[in-house]
Amino acid sequence: MTDRRSFLRMTMAGAAGMLIAGCDRISQTLWGPDVLGKAEGLNRRAQALLSPSSSMAKEYAESDISPVFHPNGTTMPATPAYQALMADNFRGYKLQVDGLVSRPAMLSIDDLKRLDMRTQITRHDCVEGWSAIGKWQGTRLSAVLDHVGVAPQARFVVFHCFDEMEEDTPYYESIDLAEARHPQTLLAFTLNDQPLPVPNGAPLRLRIGRQLGYKQAKYLARIELVSSFDDIGDGKGGYWEDQGYEWYAGI
Amino acid sequence: MSTESLDGGAVSSVPRVVVPSRRIVYRHALPIRIMHWINVIALTLMFLSGLQIFNAHPRLYWGNRSDEGTAIFALGARQDAAGKMQGVMRIGKHEFTTTGVLGVSNGADGPQMRGFPSWLTVPGPQWLAMGRRWHFFFAWVFVLNGLCFVGYALATRHLQRDLLPTGADWRGIGRSIVDHLRFKHPHGEEALRYNILQRLAYLTVIFVFGVGIVLMGLAMSPRMDAVLSPMVEAVGGRQSARTIHFIIAWGFVAFVLIHLFEVLITGVFNQLRGMITGYYAIDASPGDPQPRAEEMPAESGPSEDRPHD
Repeated sequence: MTDRRSFLRMTMAGAAGMLIAGCDRISQTLWGPDVLGKAEGLNRRAQALLSPSSSMAKEYAESDISPVFHPNGTTMPATPAYQALMADNFRGYKLQVDGLVSRPAMLSIDDLKRLDMRTQITRHDCVEGWSAIGKWQGTRLSAVLDHVGVAPQARFVVFHCFDEMEEDTPYYESIDLAEARHPQTLLAFTLNDQPLPVPNGAPLRLRIGRQLGYKQAKYLARIELVSSFDDIGDGKGGYWEDQGYEWYAGI
Repeated sequence: MSTESLDGGAVSSVPRVVVPSRRIVYRHALPIRIMHWINVIALTLMFLSGLQIFNAHPRLYWGNRSDEGTAIFALGARQDAAGKMQGVMRIGKHEFTTTGVLGVSNGADGPQMRGFPSWLTVPGPQWLAMGRRWHFFFAWVFVLNGLCFVGYALATRHLQRDLLPTGADWRGIGRSIVDHLRFKHPHGEEALRYNILQRLAYLTVIFVFGVGIVLMGLAMSPRMDAVLSPMVEAVGGRQSARTIHFIIAWGFVAFVLIHLFEVLITGVFNQLRGMITGYYAIDASPGDPQPRAEEMPAESGPSEDRPHD
């Protein structure tokens, strides 16, 4: 009986081991992740069909706000440019907006406030699985885009950040124009009625209502409108995308 | 075993009636067999890649938020008195030491902190991005295969005929429970019919587990939540949906274990042949000296019975 049981256990463990080893080998090939990644385009199209681009993320009540909004990723950018701004309490901060626009601009937080203000209490969902709810105040990205004038060739908005993930590898992200013009896409400067804390992305970060946390770039230095992001980073549209995560992070 | 029950025993002097002791019937239609095995592959890979995704944050919560210290289930590590890493599983307030399997298990470079061990995750090493690729690819396989199954089962009336319990099934539920607990299984013609517990198990797995796990998966998608938020709030919030998704995944495992156990004790070769070739052997009923018309030798061999699809 014990023999049969241990035989059974060994057979099962062997089968599981072979299965996982096989999957690992497929994961290491060039074609495997590509084939599996075909689902990303399907997910994006299916979700756009089921949840149209105008659909709004749920906005919560003050009582739903997380006591602590967990900061993930970089919590203290070490670059000299950022350190200098922080030493001056971000008084000299200006967001650079350029690329395929008619009127490139340098915008201070006060400039942004004059353009537009929106407050939203939304949920932040990390790709790791956890969620937090925060109250964000910021300027709708659509107002900034209208201010600078988007050229017809522009297809994506790229967010360049102050923080470096590795040496000379700054964090960056990108979204398409439909997502950029969504009313809940904000350049946020406050969290829970306080100026954005450094761990959460001071002085300015991106908030997107309907995508995962890694899209919500912190420490924004520059916004660039492009027709393609092939030449930025490793060409996948973001720091985490270059590490194999999906560009479309609605799931 | 006593010799009397063997063919060379006391009954050998009696002229034997030529009744085939076993009869082969076509039980599972080809589409059902294909969909069954596709489902095996999809469910297996979704489960293993799901545990990989879970490992990225091996804690479960109730509600919309995952505030520090509010996890209702957690896999983690702590140091024992000697400073060695110890794996811990916590359910509510109860902690269990699970070193080697949960919380702390062997990676490529010795013991490491990880929720589920590498022999239960796809891919084996900690690799969330790749786990998501496997999971979301096979999610499509699982959902499309499931929709095909439901469409086919409705169109061929498999669902209405073989899976929906009849009044007689319901009345026999007590006896069926006792039979299952005594591992007593029907033979002959009766073995072809799904019994009440089988019907309820299959219906639950398809329509409660299957539909539920897909909905709870969608509830974790921030884009889908823009339209699904009433459902998300109804189950308690996104973290509740994640918890339910996890529980149903283990519900599938429980179903599969029972399913495999039943296959083992009712004839693993015959059952496997049934689900691979479609042909399944049944005993001619021992308490039935006069075989019924369809059990006559002329009709033995692969019969024209409707497939038990």
